Amino acid sequence: MSRDRTPRTLGLILLALLVFGQFLPQWTLFLVTVALAKGLVVLGLMIMLRCGLVSFGQALYYCIGAYAAGMLGRLFGASDVFTLMLAGMAAAGLVGFVLGFLLARYRSIFFGLLSLAVSMILYGLLVKTEALGSTDGFHVLPSTLFGLRPADAWVRYTVLAVALLVAFIAALLVHRYLGTPLGRLAPAIKDNEIRVEYMGASARHAIHVKYVIAAALAGLGGALAATTVGHIDPEMAYWTTSGEFIFITILAGTGNVIAPFLGALVFGVIQTVAFAISPNTWQMVLGGSLLVVIVFLPNGLWSLFRGRKVA
Amino acid sequence: MTAILDAQGLNKNFGAVTAASDINAAIERDSVVGLIGTNGAGKTTFINMITGYLKPDRGRIRYEGRDITELAPRDVTRLGICRSFQIPQLYASLTAFENMLVGIGVVLRNAGRGGFFSRGRALVPGHDLPAEDVAERILERFGLAEYRDKNAQVLPGGVRKLLDIALTMVAKPKILLLDEPTSGVSAEEKFVIMEMIMTAVRAEGATVLFVEHDMEVVSRFAERVLAFYDGRIIADAAPEIALADPEVKRYVVGGVLRA
Amino acid sequence: MEQLLAVLIDGIIYSSWLFIAAVGLTLIYGVMKIVNVTHGSFYALGAYAAASITGALLAKGMPPSLSYAVLLGSALLVSVIVAPLIERGILRFMYAKDEVVILLITYALFLILEDVIKMIWGVNPYFIAEPYGLLGSFDVLDLTYPYYNLILVGVAIACGAGLAWMLGSTRTGKLLVAVIHDTEVSRAMGINVDRMYLYTFTFGSLLAAIGGAFTAPTVSVVPALGVEVIVLSFAVVVIGGLGSLPGAALGAVMVGLVRSAAIHYLPQAELFVIYLVMAMVLAFRPRGLFSIAEARKI
Repeated sequence: MSRDRTPRTLGLILLALLVFGQFLPQWTLFLVTVALAKGLVVLGLMIMLRCGLVSFGQALYYCIGAYAAGMLGRLFGASDVFTLMLAGMAAAGLVGFVLGFLLARYRSIFFGLLSLAVSMILYGLLVKTEALGSTDGFHVLPSTLFGLRPADAWVRYTVLAVALLVAFIAALLVHRYLGTPLGRLAPAIKDNEIRVEYMGASARHAIHVKYVIAAALAGLGGALAATTVGHIDPEMAYWTTSGEFIFITILAGTGNVIAPFLGALVFGVIQTVAFAISPNTWQMVLGGSLLVVIVFLPNGLWSLFRGRKVA
Repeated sequence: MTAILDAQGLNKNFGAVTAASDINAAIERDSVVGLIGTNGAGKTTFINMITGYLKPDRGRIRYEGRDITELAPRDVTRLGICRSFQIPQLYASLTAFENMLVGIGVVLRNAGRGGFFSRGRALVPGHDLPAEDVAERILERFGLAEYRDKNAQVLPGGVRKLLDIALTMVAKPKILLLDEPTSGVSAEEKFVIMEMIMTAVRAEGATVLFVEHDMEVVSRFAERVLAFYDGRIIADAAPEIALADPEVKRYVVGGVLRA
Repeated sequence: MEQLLAVLIDGIIYSSWLFIAAVGLTLIYGVMKIVNVTHGSFYALGAYAAASITGALLAKGMPPSLSYAVLLGSALLVSVIVAPLIERGILRFMYAKDEVVILLITYALFLILEDVIKMIWGVNPYFIAEPYGLLGSFDVLDLTYPYYNLILVGVAIACGAGLAWMLGSTRTGKLLVAVIHDTEVSRAMGINVDRMYLYTFTFGSLLAAIGGAFTAPTVSVVPALGVEVIVLSFAVVVIGGLGSLPGAALGAVMVGLVRSAAIHYLPQAELFVIYLVMAMVLAFRPRGLFSIAEARKI
């Protein structure tokens, strides 16, 4: 049995970024933080993908997390990063719990389309809600940490540090979860659900649990994104946002909990570079990359590190 | 002498097709029962109803006195009734070892062990060993040790059959339903495989029902035979008697039995 | 009373547009079993081709009455060129993959085509209002509608009837129905499934392009025109049942009327109500209201 190096690797990355982050330029801090936010969403999608389920509407929870954070700011003046992230996670997790009763009964394309439909319902609602700014959305308050307001130059680093810590904990917890009996059930559900039932386990229950975890993670990411970008709008629930998350999931692969964050970072870099080179061809670059990954690297970027699935 | 499994008055129709017509069968603890009959006679339907995959239109099924007719397959399995399949149901993308680990994981979870908050290596109930050791042991007992790290989908037919049955042993079942355990296996291997299965299974003290088309295997391993035809049980006796029954000869065996 | 009439007429007009937009998607799914995201791209391609070609010809002095034929011709031109390229050049090699993976591949192609469109036609909007205003308008009670909308309804009916006739009465159509029911068996019986796939993909894309082409005179043609159409078409097709032609018609009518009612009575609900219906249909009858019965495999 191979020694589990993931926790150690995660710890090293955390430390490295915390230390070197102080010297990185503002735009890099922004890029990495956004990558962490999206990485959290994709971490959840990865758990679902291991069961063979692809959600075409994960942006639903991303958006719920963002708007929860934004609303807390608007209604109560809350701007503490931790609080906002926890609120986003809780709100999304709750909705995920409720919707999970319905969605855990579906598979393949139908699961995908139903999750798409639900996310578009939220989009439609938000766009028409004047109180929330309709298509324009609204701004989010500048971040504070435990009541302290960092100096302007240090805001980004502070948010990054919090994000790193949260992502580290989330990744560790998910990694542990994937090693439990319920976590290990994922590839079995994907391969042969009848056998899973006949072993004495409920596939639907297992999927429900994973669905809630994925929703909570997406809400966490959404709240973080809201804080970092400073602005939220209904576009966060649109199908193209969900598409972006799926893109990163495929790009990253399902091999390890580090993969989603790596994938999100690579995606961010490609997006930034491609857009800088030519604003009207960056989607083509994205589309081309997706095709290349699907055809030549079906197990994602992580398979470059390890041939087979780990954990 | 109470029966461990008792089916009473089972009826099941699929439109115009009668899959089960007033089936009554009481299975004694520790017995080995062979289920014979032509294709479509109702043997697999019988197993499907016992395990909860199908619900009978009428009738009850009792296990150790408890009514299990309405239970879902996973609940029936948790109670100690496990089955293997005519076409082996495996996890194609996982290795034989990983297949076992999934099954063992489920057993652990159902016993409340090895979850997210547990510490150390949990012991599998009934075996009192960690999961990996249990997997190795069972694989060895079925002669599958050499296939440990091969993906299930590349395994040869007979090996897949054995793995399918090995998976059912993980939960230490009290009743084992084997659906055509030797089908797809060459004539020479049939007896060897059946011997291996029965030794491994009986060592755990399980009651066994097996569906079989080869009458020699039936006579050799079954203590009692239930012959099915057209949804009915047409004979219920020891193999020598059942196989000599004229109706059975006509509808199931089809002529003279090789001595 | 007049409100109700308005809801009905608006609904039928919108339904027609939806039907044209969505029917190609359901055809492609029915035959090829793929959810085709490039559907939106062909819609946009049709719109751009129609707008640019018609605009150019009108500037050269073409009589406006011919513009309708040009709209159709542009759609035909662009789909006959691009669709086979995509199907033969890329999709053909992917059919063995999982249906979700193929969906993602068509999504990738959609992204690529979005920028190809920008490269060819630029980012500035195109307007061709002539075909829209040419026929004037008519009154129903106090409501005024351009005659152009009747053309939309007419095209929808023509497409639906034409498809139904083709599937039921022509040789190719019957072969397609065979493939819809079972690809393997069709192949085993000697049907050239590869060629059927090519025809289907091209024809389905053509239908999307026609939708775009006939919409062009009513809007300003901008990039990302296809983005909303995709998800609306999904909704329509899912409601009716993936792969079902009458289903697409029913889905279009339902969505059209529901949306129309929302606009008139509860404007806040306009956008989400469509997806609510989609979600409800998926929740209660996942295979849609008219689904192709699938034989149980076990």
